[in-house]
Amino acid sequence: MDVGIVSYGAYVPRWRITPVEIGRVWGTDGEAISRGLNVKSKSVPSPDEDVITMSVEAARNLMKRCKVDPKDIGAIYVGSESHPYAVKPTATIVAEAIEAAPDLTAADYEFACKAGTAAIQTCMGLVASNMMKYGMAIGTDTSQGAPGDALEYSASAGGAAFLIGASDIAARIDETYSFTTDTPDFWRREGEMYPRHGGRFTGEPAYFKHVLTCGKNLMEIAGTSPEDYDYVVFHQPNGKFPLRAAKMLGFGKEQTTTGLLSPMIGNTYSAAVLLGLASILDISKPGDRILAVAYGSGAGSDAFDITVTEHITELRKDPFLLVSNMISGGKFLDYATYAKFRGKITLAEGSK
Amino acid sequence: MAIPRFWRETPSRYNLFASKCGNCGEVHFPPRSVCPSCHRKSIGRMKSIKLCGSGNILSYSVVHDAPEDFEMQKPYIIAIIEMKDGVRLTAPIIDCDECDIDIGLEVEASFRKLGQEGKAGVIHYGYKFRPLNTTPPEK
Ligand SMILES: [Zn+2]
Repeated sequence: MDVGIVSYGAYVPRWRITPVEIGRVWGTDGEAISRGLNVKSKSVPSPDEDVITMSVEAARNLMKRCKVDPKDIGAIYVGSESHPYAVKPTATIVAEAIEAAPDLTAADYEFACKAGTAAIQTCMGLVASNMMKYGMAIGTDTSQGAPGDALEYSASAGGAAFLIGASDIAARIDETYSFTTDTPDFWRREGEMYPRHGGRFTGEPAYFKHVLTCGKNLMEIAGTSPEDYDYVVFHQPNGKFPLRAAKMLGFGKEQTTTGLLSPMIGNTYSAAVLLGLASILDISKPGDRILAVAYGSGAGSDAFDITVTEHITELRKDPFLLVSNMISGGKFLDYATYAKFRGKITLAEGSK
Repeated sequence: MAIPRFWRETPSRYNLFASKCGNCGEVHFPPRSVCPSCHRKSIGRMKSIKLCGSGNILSYSVVHDAPEDFEMQKPYIIAIIEMKDGVRLTAPIIDCDECDIDIGLEVEASFRKLGQEGKAGVIHYGYKFRPLNTTPPEK
């Protein structure tokens, strides 16, 4: 049975800050960091936005695109490493806010930046085994780097939702493959506000090893090679890693540009590969083939071999739902306002 | 606000569910169990309807002296909105600069955090309104 993406929705908050502005405060060369990371600006959520609100916005944008009855959605899974509650699922609130509740199953997923793609795989299984008509997978994050930490220059916010089903498929998922190891490259302990990372350990043995192996193995299973794909999208912790991974796997620039959003909005963690995939679906034609490879620290990669169908054009009637529209027109913040927005300022006891 | 009261209001706060009188057709938001115009005649005839989610600003005010919960968001805009469905409601306006706000401005509902009961307490969510995107994206 064919399964695939029936609809999708994106959400990127309105605010931006530049690495240059962050560097100005910490006395580092923000310009050089910006160049080194290939990140010109990153998205910042408003004080009244979090993973729950952005997941709802992405899910509602998904629903606006299609005619699916929310009551036909049998599962909602939200992948994130910044769920507002440690106990109380984000997915319950999303289910209520899109009127899918109460006849469905829901849960929150956690696997660093690839929890959203893990949710897609779960939904694929549930749909393919006929347990439900549709499953919704969401990846959203409002991740933070500690003030002054290297992560602060790129850690941003965004969300994307995908509806997985077996009828009216707009993009068929022909293969999926995952590669998982125990790698301590990045973590956050329960109750800690900011994550920790293993410094140089984050590159070769972590991101590149998993993304390259996963991508290569998927192509072997699918019997494909890089030239079979019109677009490729990788997890994008910055603007450099995915370009290097693409080159190492044998992909060219024209295949990678559309899905590469981190230079404009930074690292949206669980949303990164999903927003990239959404921006590809925004412009792709029936028959186009897409390779998507997510990466989550800890560590693992999920890869997807996707073929766009003729139903894709039905999902693109509203130009305001396009990722490009959400990325353009951002409003830039100074560091002080950014710190206030992100709760990085310690307030007097009793204030909120 | 108490958790039970907030929880009961979830359908109207999340999805703008209103009530419509089956006798005179009046729409009420927040929903009512009895029509204020028809009283007894409306009993058992009140229907639940979902507002369409957009409307126009009827009047607004920029709040500089904010209550404790909204201290971090000041100055912010609060507006009376005339919904397309004919009812009026009061809500904060977000993603809008003070210079862009105007009477008549078309706005749509979005989903935001309304407040929380301290650092460890429950978080309340619901509608706020933002300017309706009317300029087509640049190609
Ligand atoms: Zn009445």
